[in-house]
Amino acid sequence: MAIFSVYVVNKAGGLIYQLDHYAPRADAEKTFSFPLDLVLRLHDERVVVAFGQRDGIRVGHAVLAINGAEVNGRYTADGKDVLEFLGNAANYPVSIRFGRHRLSSNEKLMLASMFHSLFAIGSQLSPELGSSGIEMLETDTFKLHCFQTLTGIKFVVLADPRQAGIDSLLRKIYEIYSDFALKNPFYSLEMPIRCELFDQNLKLALEVAEKAGPFGPGS
Amino acid sequence: MSRPPGRKQDNHKIDWHLPTISSSASAHHMSRELFVLTYGALVAQLCKDYEKDEDVNTCLDRMGYGIGVRLIEDFLARSAVKKCRSYSETAEMIAQYDICTTNHSRALPLPAWMSETCRDTLVAFKMYLGVTPSVSCTSATGDEFSLILDKNPLVDFVEELPAERASLCYCNLLCGVIRGALEMVHLAAEVTFLQDKLKGDAVTEIGIIFLRKTEDKKHKRNK
Repeated sequence: MAIFSVYVVNKAGGLIYQLDHYAPRADAEKTFSFPLDLVLRLHDERVVVAFGQRDGIRVGHAVLAINGAEVNGRYTADGKDVLEFLGNAANYPVSIRFGRHRLSSNEKLMLASMFHSLFAIGSQLSPELGSSGIEMLETDTFKLHCFQTLTGIKFVVLADPRQAGIDSLLRKIYEIYSDFALKNPFYSLEMPIRCELFDQNLKLALEVAEKAGPFGPGS
Repeated sequence: MSRPPGRKQDNHKIDWHLPTISSSASAHHMSRELFVLTYGALVAQLCKDYEKDEDVNTCLDRMGYGIGVRLIEDFLARSAVKKCRSYSETAEMIAQYDICTTNHSRALPLPAWMSETCRDTLVAFKMYLGVTPSVSCTSATGDEFSLILDKNPLVDFVEELPAERASLCYCNLLCGVIRGALEMVHLAAEVTFLQDKLKGDAVTEIGIIFLRKTEDKKHKRNK
């Protein structure tokens, strides 16, 4: 899956639509016996692997489930502290699932607002007058493309660095937004988009863009 | 039924294969008569609901505003309008406008950014109503301009306004649409009918007065 996610940010910087399109990440579930050879620590209300990478369990992966029951932050499903639980030899053997944790919707809202501010800063930092805001953010694992319309709505697409044709995809998403979100008489402007047709057509467009694949040098 | 054309990008075209239920693709297929009749029914019903002409006009304007704020996105998504960045091509546009407004003695060169807006308004009229109005600048300060419509498709079936509705602006919806659309691109404007064929004038003229250009927004506008 070369296109990872789509975000739509309204004029005020609030996230009005978000879609995650990537394949479920590789989770690793293993059975462990005491003592645990991974070093775990608490980070941001989550238990993450600090050291002892092996077998698909990487540093930074969070504990997702213990014995099949999903953990709730730093506490197990029945309310016990995860680190204490795993420190107690009596609880072993235990099966733990590790994986990269997904952003919660609150985190996404926050990140979208931050991006909105950075976007504005980008255009102000420019030595030229009338510059656009941030159009692309590149990392080694993904590229973030942003398109701001004349009316102030931003469409943000996170994709594989080699994926081409994202510019046309962004414009296509704009068309789909103007068709299925705006023309829906019961959709109020600037509010979260809850339109079935918009979802469906957006997913179709993403699939088409992915199939078009990386053409020549990645954009 | 044609597919939406793939956009040229990165030396390859993407054929989107999306179902053509998008209303903009079908806008040109839809019966214009149906639209005109629907509009007529709408105005007739409003006349029944409200006694005063001003109320009907306000109602139409409000409805048009609601349409305009949504239609602008459809227009921007589908037309290749760019932001007012390159003023060199704008200078050509100004010259073109001077030629097409030689009929009107009030022709004046428009400021650069406004001529872009004019051009886009003309494109929008062509796209949605199928008519091309002519534009002229009516004030020395360059804040006002007007659109002259020789043919107004909305009044195709209307002979004249009834006697008791003398001050009704039949096409006030259009004013609202223009006002709403301009507001979404940060151009506050007042839009009124200056002349109306239904009231006996020679042509239909829509006047647009820009209230205050949001200076900073003009530079931050993005494509």
